Amino acid sequence: MGQTIIEKILSSHCGQTARANEIVVARVDYVMGQDGTAPLAINAFNDMNGKEVFDHEKVAFVIDHSAPSPNEGVSALHKLMREFVREKMFRLYDIGEGVCHQLIPESGEVGPGSLVIGADSHTCTYGALNAFSTGVGSTDLAGGLISGQMWFKVPETFKFVCNGTLPPGVFSKDLILYLIGDVTADGATYMAAEYVGEAIAALSQEARFTIANMAIEMGAKAGLMEADDKTYDWLRRFTKREFTQVVADGDAIYAKVREYDVSKLEPQVAKPHKVDNVAPVGDVAGKPIQQALLGTCTNGRLEDLRIAAGILANRKVHPDVRMIVAPASRRIFLDAMAEGIIQTLVESGAAIVTPGCGPCVGTHNGVPSDGETVISTANRNFKGRMGNSNAEIFLASPATVAASALTGKITDPREFI
Amino acid sequence: MEFSGKAHKFGNDVNTDYIISGKYKFKTLDMKELAKHVMEDLDPDFYEKVSSGDFIVGGSNFGCGSSREQAPLAIKYADVSAVLAKSFARIFYRNAINTGLPVVECDTDQIDQGDEIVVDLAAGVINNKTKGNTIPIKPLPAVMIKILNDGGLAAHFRKFGGFNFG
Repeated sequence: MGQTIIEKILSSHCGQTARANEIVVARVDYVMGQDGTAPLAINAFNDMNGKEVFDHEKVAFVIDHSAPSPNEGVSALHKLMREFVREKMFRLYDIGEGVCHQLIPESGEVGPGSLVIGADSHTCTYGALNAFSTGVGSTDLAGGLISGQMWFKVPETFKFVCNGTLPPGVFSKDLILYLIGDVTADGATYMAAEYVGEAIAALSQEARFTIANMAIEMGAKAGLMEADDKTYDWLRRFTKREFTQVVADGDAIYAKVREYDVSKLEPQVAKPHKVDNVAPVGDVAGKPIQQALLGTCTNGRLEDLRIAAGILANRKVHPDVRMIVAPASRRIFLDAMAEGIIQTLVESGAAIVTPGCGPCVGTHNGVPSDGETVISTANRNFKGRMGNSNAEIFLASPATVAASALTGKITDPREFI
Repeated sequence: MEFSGKAHKFGNDVNTDYIISGKYKFKTLDMKELAKHVMEDLDPDFYEKVSSGDFIVGGSNFGCGSSREQAPLAIKYADVSAVLAKSFARIFYRNAINTGLPVVECDTDQIDQGDEIVVDLAAGVINNKTKGNTIPIKPLPAVMIKILNDGGLAAHFRKFGGFNFG
């Protein structure tokens, strides 16, 4: 009987043949915490009588969610993290280095076949590198830090077969929003998603991260893809390590399979206040916006900034719109400067904030006011997500966000491409 | 373990941002302080309304969204005795068990706002005293019963120094 990608990765990490619905205790290759979850994990680590982390080279904390600190409460928690990292001697990515889900892939520590836990729900992002990576809470994180292990229920797999070619002006963000709208916010709960097909193969590695990142928004434990030359080319920029790709067997058993033809897909938006409240951009085109956010672990990569700059070049952001750009990492920020992308964005009127999560989680960097509407490239539009429960958030691709920033209303980006 | 109290009913897809907003959770590890803001974006007066021992009753996919463990902790520190839902998002479910907040999968359509209910975890049944009916509880996986019986994952680690489900 064949195995899915996730069954194979778990098998190679638990010393037995793992099958869906079994409980296994598996070795983890990397463990990550961020400033929203690590402070509680430090408490749990002490509560567990933890002494040392299991491997100094396989652990990192990232200060990205509320960075630099906007108030003394956050500062105290950041200090707690810095002191813990110094004492236990492992890697800290401090303010300005970027979003955890860009930094861990850039570290070169994670690749095809890896098993990663991170105390952040969007840890599923590294599935785009053919790794099983998943989000956990702070107590699980502490258990991982101490033992280098985690227990898992081996998930069933939901295979998404994406055929056809994405039309111009339609991007991987539009595709994943469409899929989430189709299966809903709990359509893949407790399951691993596998995204396959010619439309996935045609995407750049950066565009694939966007899809894997949002697997959690359909409830999935992982968002997996196969590795190919693009994956290895991307990894070789960061590491000389060799990774062996994990491929599903032809007779692997899937709980669900759904096929799509993406050739007629239109740009999509997720409307307030749920990620699965998805519609073609035409349904809401013309709605005035006051803020536009380009960035986050979903869409803050170089390609995303380049797409937006292509639309904003030699044009000005609408006077009623605040456009905020948060590059996903310092490296991306530097690359975007070298390419002139930052120059273009700033000249168009965008405000650049520190590489990191930006205003996505509502702690700083652009909290909307009552009654305002935000269009954002992030992954969540829950009421209050950006710090004000009387504001509305629409999620869209970098192209749709840039086009909307220009016109001051939600706009189909194909008008500008 | 038996709990009795009043049901506070919510809908489907209650996410962890609604349980405790990001604008509070990054500032402090004082869970009693965070508890004052629990469920605030869905019901601004929830903390005032809830009495010690009461239940939060959701629909499907309760606790979806972010991995913040402050969500089950804020509920626990608001003195809510358990969360009942048709289904739970997986990270919230793990976090609740790890931190000792009982989470109960059951048919919550049989419970309305304000119903007086008794949850008997050992017997695996809920008694809705207002309606006079009983609702079966879906059993927890064995590994989670083990963690709960050990007193949460931290206590499990203190006892065994790591994962031990043998």
